[in-house]
Amino acid sequence: MATTSLTTETGGFEVRRLWTDERSRAIIFQLLVVLGLALFIAFIVSNTIANLQRAGLASGFGFLTEPAFFDINQRLIQYTSESTFGRALIVGLLNTILVSSLGIVAATLLGFSAGVMRLSQNWILSRLVTAYVEMTRNVPVLLQIIFWWSILTELPKVRDSLSLGGAFILNNRGVRMPSPVLEPGFGWVFGAFIVGAIATFLVAKWAKRRQDETGQTFPMLWVGLVLIIGLPVVVHFILGQPLAWDMPERMRFNYRGGFNITPELIALWFALSTYTGAFISENVRAGIMAVSKGQSEAAFALGLRPNQTMRMIIIPQAMRVIIPPLTSQFLNLTKNSSLAIAIGYQDLVSIGGTILNQSGQALEVVAIWMGVYLSLSLLMSGYMNWYNKRIALVER
Amino acid sequence: MTDQAFHRQQAELLPQQPAPATTVGIVGWARTNLFSSWSNSVVTLIAIYILWLVISSFVQWAFIDADVSGTDRFACTSDGACWAWIDQRIQQFLYGFYPAGETWRINIAFVLLFPALAPWMFENVPGARYLRWFSIAYPVIATILLAGGLGLTVVTTDKFGGFMLNLTVGLAGIVLSLPFGIILALGRQSRLPVIRILSIVFIESVRGVPLITLLFVSNIILPIFLPPDVALDSVVRVIVMVTAFASAYMAEVIRGGLQAIPNGQYEAAQAMGLSYWKSMRLIILPQALKISIPGVVNTFIGLFKDTTLVIIIGLFDILGIANAMVSNPDWLGLSSETYVVVALFFFIVCFSMSRYSVHLERKLDTTKR
Repeated sequence: MATTSLTTETGGFEVRRLWTDERSRAIIFQLLVVLGLALFIAFIVSNTIANLQRAGLASGFGFLTEPAFFDINQRLIQYTSESTFGRALIVGLLNTILVSSLGIVAATLLGFSAGVMRLSQNWILSRLVTAYVEMTRNVPVLLQIIFWWSILTELPKVRDSLSLGGAFILNNRGVRMPSPVLEPGFGWVFGAFIVGAIATFLVAKWAKRRQDETGQTFPMLWVGLVLIIGLPVVVHFILGQPLAWDMPERMRFNYRGGFNITPELIALWFALSTYTGAFISENVRAGIMAVSKGQSEAAFALGLRPNQTMRMIIIPQAMRVIIPPLTSQFLNLTKNSSLAIAIGYQDLVSIGGTILNQSGQALEVVAIWMGVYLSLSLLMSGYMNWYNKRIALVER
Repeated sequence: MTDQAFHRQQAELLPQQPAPATTVGIVGWARTNLFSSWSNSVVTLIAIYILWLVISSFVQWAFIDADVSGTDRFACTSDGACWAWIDQRIQQFLYGFYPAGETWRINIAFVLLFPALAPWMFENVPGARYLRWFSIAYPVIATILLAGGLGLTVVTTDKFGGFMLNLTVGLAGIVLSLPFGIILALGRQSRLPVIRILSIVFIESVRGVPLITLLFVSNIILPIFLPPDVALDSVVRVIVMVTAFASAYMAEVIRGGLQAIPNGQYEAAQAMGLSYWKSMRLIILPQALKISIPGVVNTFIGLFKDTTLVIIIGLFDILGIANAMVSNPDWLGLSSETYVVVALFFFIVCFSMSRYSVHLERKLDTTKR
């Protein structure tokens, strides 16, 4: 161990060896880095304190309980302009979560179908999908959001709204559609739905066991559809239709009734899902191609039909390759939803920006932004890691 | 049939027959790829119909019914697209507010970009050795050309705009994020705990937040963090933030490459007595970077698309100029035309980058040979 000792053979101490020795060099180097970082932080903190004092700003999160005095037109919870900054931020957070979840669902569906279609034997279909993927992937998503929004806001004015059968009203204020009104007795319909779902689950378990034992198949899809959808519909009609629809109604200057989806939400949702869907379709395609050809050949040899092969042999194996990149696509979509600020959809960043302008609490607002997005990222990647582990290949 | 007849038949070779007409040529191709089954045929017909609808209406709108000349939107009288603005505004879309007499400097910087990139992108470039020296000097040359100095009129960065701003921020980010990404990736793999933890914290916290919030930080928070007399240029601030953002993603791409190198390579490098930096420079990084090139190019593409985000902090890149023009009374309501043209700019750059990455992937893929 002579080379790693800090003393010479005679027992004397040599400063030079502090740097030539690997272990002590590592410690010194890390100490220097920590020292540099500490100095840097001290520099920033002292500047910040001085700057804040000069601007006469109080730091801290106390401003969150002050009234906000601005309106939010897209909200999922009760909010008035007298509500607090904190509540405004929660409204924004919920809007972020709303558009992200809608986008994730649509992008996943779109991405999986596009990925499978791109591998289709039909030449023209796969070319069409390729064109979609390349055209959306290579154009900035911000540009796409603004483009769709500009098209939606150029729809006819309220006076000349486009009407689809009187139920869906399209104009430059968005899409107005019927909203369900629950009348007494609807609980029974909902109960029937729950019963149908539980029954489907039990029948599916029984059918699987029977198939494992006897090899007999069971038309699970049809039975499930009848149980889950048919049963509540029957109950609904027996009870005299307790579910009514609040239809959009033409008033003097605007429409009333039903609920309105703003053009901002539609544009953001559409752009995010088509953009991320293109990326997901590439991941899906790569995942399917990673499953070796022998697997589908073996499935055909067993007599499975092409769609059964896809559903039961290829996709489950491809999922192992698809899930990790899919996770980062979901995260990207969530982060890209912050581009909402460009078209005025009031998400967390947009509302945070308004608060920042009104209260001047820049540090706090930015800290909230970063904290929220970091925790969303961690939550989502934690869940996806758990899911990935569950479907991972169990190796000996 | 007698034996003789049988033998005679055997002795004469049948002339070679051409393959059935339905399996070769365009008919055969269409039968296997478009009409292999009735469901396939239905899909083909629907796809052709959709394609026809989209293409014919686009051509009708963009070319047949379009107006191409005029000084404002009132000159456009037909139903189709109005391209009159291109002639009027293309200077702004390309160069922003750069002084009109000085735009030749941008053009020269743009043309010089190609010889600077060529020796790194392609093999067998004549004079590659000298060109490499040129490309190392290129950032300095381009900065002087764009910002001025050495006898050229100084142009402040608030005049930067249009597609030139996208290219400037994008290229600067690309050039800077690669080395920082490599350092961060190595730091994340380091055996020194302090270095490793700092790298992980930086990478994960940057990757966890949207670029917008980082741009807000550069705009609002940096002035709070710095002494009051220090004022950073806004374009420089954007470049710093875009670089920080892209290098965190770059680090993860390169880490993937580093992890793909078998341990034997690290051990062999150590056994040769190479120091850490030497073994990285000579043994590990050349292999790891080669593997991660497709991912690196994808990060470049993402970075270039993200340069449009500068509009949110008030700079006028090509998208910002487009937004301004769309709300200008002279050109009100031309959003489709404008955004389609802007999209085309990005599509050309990003699509060629992604084609180049596919080409590299094929070239570097040694498994199929």
